[in-house]
Amino acid sequence: MCVFAGGALPLASLLVWGLSGLPAFGDFHGAYALLVDRIVVAQRHATDAVTAVNFDYRALDTLGEEFILFTSVAGLAVLLREQRGERLRAITRGAGEHHFQGASYALRALTLVLVGPVLVLSAYIDAHGAITPGGGFQGGVVGAAALLLVFLGGSYLAMRRLSPHALVEAAEAAGAGGYALVGLGGMVFAAAYFQNFLGLGTPATLISAGTIPLSSLAVGLEVSGAFVLLWAEFLDQALVVRGR
Amino acid sequence: MSFLPYGVAAWLFMIGLYGLASSENLIGMVICLAVLQSSTYVLLLAIGYRSHASAPIFADIPPGSRAVDPVVQALTLTDVVVEATVVALLLALAVQAHKRFGTLDPARLNPLRG
Amino acid sequence: MHALPPLVLAVPLLSAALLAALNAVLPRALTDAASVACALAVTAMCALLTLKTGGLTVYWFGGFHPRAGVAVGISFAVDSIGAGMATLSAFMVSAALVYSVRYFEEIGSLYGALMLVFLAAMVGFCLTGDLFNLFVFFELMSVAAYALTAYKIEEAGPLQGAINFAITNSVGSFAMLSGIALMYGRTGALNMAQVGAALSGHRVDGLVTVALLLIMGGLLVKAAIVPLHFWLADAHAVAPVPVCVLFSGVMVELALYGLARVYWTIFSGPMSAHAAGLRATLVVLGAATAIVGATMCLAQRHLKRLLAFSTISHTGTFLLGLGLLTPAGLAASARYVPEHALLKGALFMAAGILLHRFGTVDEHDLRGRGRERTGRRARRRRRTRGGHPNGRAHARDPGLRVAALVFAAGGLGLAALPPLGSFYGKATLEDALSHTVGYGWVAAIVVASSAMTAGAILRATGRIFVGWGPRLPRHLELLRVTSEVPETRRPHDRTPAVMFVPPLLLAGAGVFLGVFTHATDGIGAAAARLTDRAGYAAHVLSQALSRANGAPRAPHESVVALDYVLAATTVVGALAISALALMKRPAWLGLPRIERRATAAIVVLRRVHSGCVNDYVAWLVAGLAAIGGALALS
Repeated sequence: MCVFAGGALPLASLLVWGLSGLPAFGDFHGAYALLVDRIVVAQRHATDAVTAVNFDYRALDTLGEEFILFTSVAGLAVLLREQRGERLRAITRGAGEHHFQGASYALRALTLVLVGPVLVLSAYIDAHGAITPGGGFQGGVVGAAALLLVFLGGSYLAMRRLSPHALVEAAEAAGAGGYALVGLGGMVFAAAYFQNFLGLGTPATLISAGTIPLSSLAVGLEVSGAFVLLWAEFLDQALVVRGR
Repeated sequence: MSFLPYGVAAWLFMIGLYGLASSENLIGMVICLAVLQSSTYVLLLAIGYRSHASAPIFADIPPGSRAVDPVVQALTLTDVVVEATVVALLLALAVQAHKRFGTLDPARLNPLRG
Repeated sequence: MHALPPLVLAVPLLSAALLAALNAVLPRALTDAASVACALAVTAMCALLTLKTGGLTVYWFGGFHPRAGVAVGISFAVDSIGAGMATLSAFMVSAALVYSVRYFEEIGSLYGALMLVFLAAMVGFCLTGDLFNLFVFFELMSVAAYALTAYKIEEAGPLQGAINFAITNSVGSFAMLSGIALMYGRTGALNMAQVGAALSGHRVDGLVTVALLLIMGGLLVKAAIVPLHFWLADAHAVAPVPVCVLFSGVMVELALYGLARVYWTIFSGPMSAHAAGLRATLVVLGAATAIVGATMCLAQRHLKRLLAFSTISHTGTFLLGLGLLTPAGLAASARYVPEHALLKGALFMAAGILLHRFGTVDEHDLRGRGRERTGRRARRRRRTRGGHPNGRAHARDPGLRVAALVFAAGGLGLAALPPLGSFYGKATLEDALSHTVGYGWVAAIVVASSAMTAGAILRATGRIFVGWGPRLPRHLELLRVTSEVPETRRPHDRTPAVMFVPPLLLAGAGVFLGVFTHATDGIGAAAARLTDRAGYAAHVLSQALSRANGAPRAPHESVVALDYVLAATTVVGALAISALALMKRPAWLGLPRIERRATAAIVVLRRVHSGCVNDYVAWLVAGLAAIGGALALS
């Protein structure tokens, strides 16, 4: 600990010294950002500048980020894979389900009612990424949450049945691959990788900003799949796998 | 006031490091790592803020009006995803560590001692 | 040609997605073949890029060309050194994938997908010209690495190794991100050329210093520089052998490449006035790393940990070359890195052969077992053993011979036996050191650390493959600290061909690469181009892709007689160290007293490498503070 204390104080003072060199809070002049603010609607017919930056101007960063998510889910599947000597607790309807219960009828009814609207909300956020705040990542997490609602409503079995492992894995990989393919489409139909090659449409309508909604949907699919897989793996570990 | 957000970022960074160096529980360490990363969010977003500016969504304000920096927001989005993935992997490691060693204390994880 | 930069990235990523999607469906043979084919394709594309790139090829993603000096999109700025590192990475991944075909008893196609993503991240890291993009690929590389390290979760060690690895490297990454945020705050740009152009001509103040500290800190954690190095030995001890090949061979060196790129394109302008202080700091760090790594290397009996500390020592040496902050130093390190990568990769694979055959990588447990007995007495002994599992008469195993050859070649090659192995890299490094005022003495450290690490490897060779060396004496049992994890597996009878052909290839390439690159001499010019900040900025930011006028002068590199002397000293030193360890010692040398004192020092050093991640983080903080202090004072 004394090693840490010896290092912490100098490091903290160095940080403060460095941060004091920044322009005052609120006083931002970055050329890159100001340029993007000015041209985003004219150049890409996208009214949401953040999504445009994410999926168009800096699409390569998003490709990397998407594959980070993909890799971590693959890593998780590897880390939490079935080992020799582990038994699986049998889950059956009726008697077995009581183990995971705690949910009242009111809660179950509420979650059942909510699942549909939440899924629609997720699709809405995905599709309108170029117009209003949102986009693939946000919509994808909301979509995965819809499935988690099914579990919270008290039925682990139903959640697993609604999200068969192979299908979700395929969907997630399809999303990741789909985004890379959109970039490839830019190379094939236009001059450069990730170049926006579809018609730009009118700003602030659903079909606008070229490939941005496409990218957004691909990423949404991938993120939903990834988070469902993540939660399914952890829930498996907590509820199903029994030690040696 | 103008240095406060940066000060918060520095404080979060240091307190996250302190937690990592002194924690006796793996899950606690993962949370401290998340705190450490929150400092980068605060730093990025504070850098991009412009006073008296609105969000960079031009659906209801005319294009070209004063807006905050969209680039740092995109960077923060990327950052959030990166953090989520690292946290997920570390938690999986913690789950396995608990199953194998019966403990979440990093000091007791040495397989030959335990 | 114009389409190559995005393709080298898209091909492995798409293949990885495909492999993961068809995870349950495809037979293993198909996924193995597909991964190897993809990696080889990427190698070929990167090699083409290296040869054809001329000065600097700039590719703008999304078709966003810069407007009036402001970069709107992300660029790949491909120069020879970057493309060369990408080619090396792809080649090592291909070799590791071929090796993995029979190394693992059972794997899913997720292993291939993870390796391909790792490859894509490394290639992207080498080629990018954007600061945040660098961070994204750095993180992608790290996440794939964490997953690959913990691959064999059936064993206890990988968990701890992966946890230490993940936590320390994540802290490093977030530090790097904070540094990037600071740079963005000052310059409003993320493109490296643009940031460099904005910074040049201004003085260095607190913000630039701290940004340099943070970015450097993040990269140095990945590069395993003392005192940020503790994670590497733990991770290597437990990661599967093909993954170790990649970690030691390319991942660690890539972090140093990143440091060189960031320094030369962004900080070299304003820092040129303070270069002396920075140079001193980096040289001290490199020297400390080289010595600590070499000392710990000698004290190991776990082969993979031994090789890991040897890697740490060598990255210290590479940092010495980089830290000189001259084109000559950079060229020397650029020459040294591939030679080391190939030899180290081959050594790890040979250790893997031993693990596959005998189920252990403990040097003392393997004593003499690498030797295959031939002759009538041995054959009779084999026949009369009867029910003993290894008693059946079987044909001689070529794998063990390859392993012996690779170990000997690796040890001698890393000791820089002229003119093979890492001789040219080491020689040009010593040359660069002696030409820089006041740093000639550092060459002695290079010689000493190379001799120690090569000596450890040769000692292992002698002990395992010839059976020399005493049985473990009682007082050396004290050195057996509990932090060593013996790796055990079910032993096999034979080594399959895909396991001994790659190390043979890699060792051969490593031994002769130096001669080849010395003859062609493109590296000096490439290094000069990397250090030319103004030319880089002009080329990247100008609308027309015009060649910068007047290519910079290549540094003068020569190999003089002194270098041969130093190399010979290193080889003799290595042989002496291994002989001392293995042979009976004459009493008049007075060694026991020295040995007892050295042992005490080593015990302290080993206790510091505790295996507990809390300590690692504490050292990280202290290290960052120390580096920052040194930078601030200069």
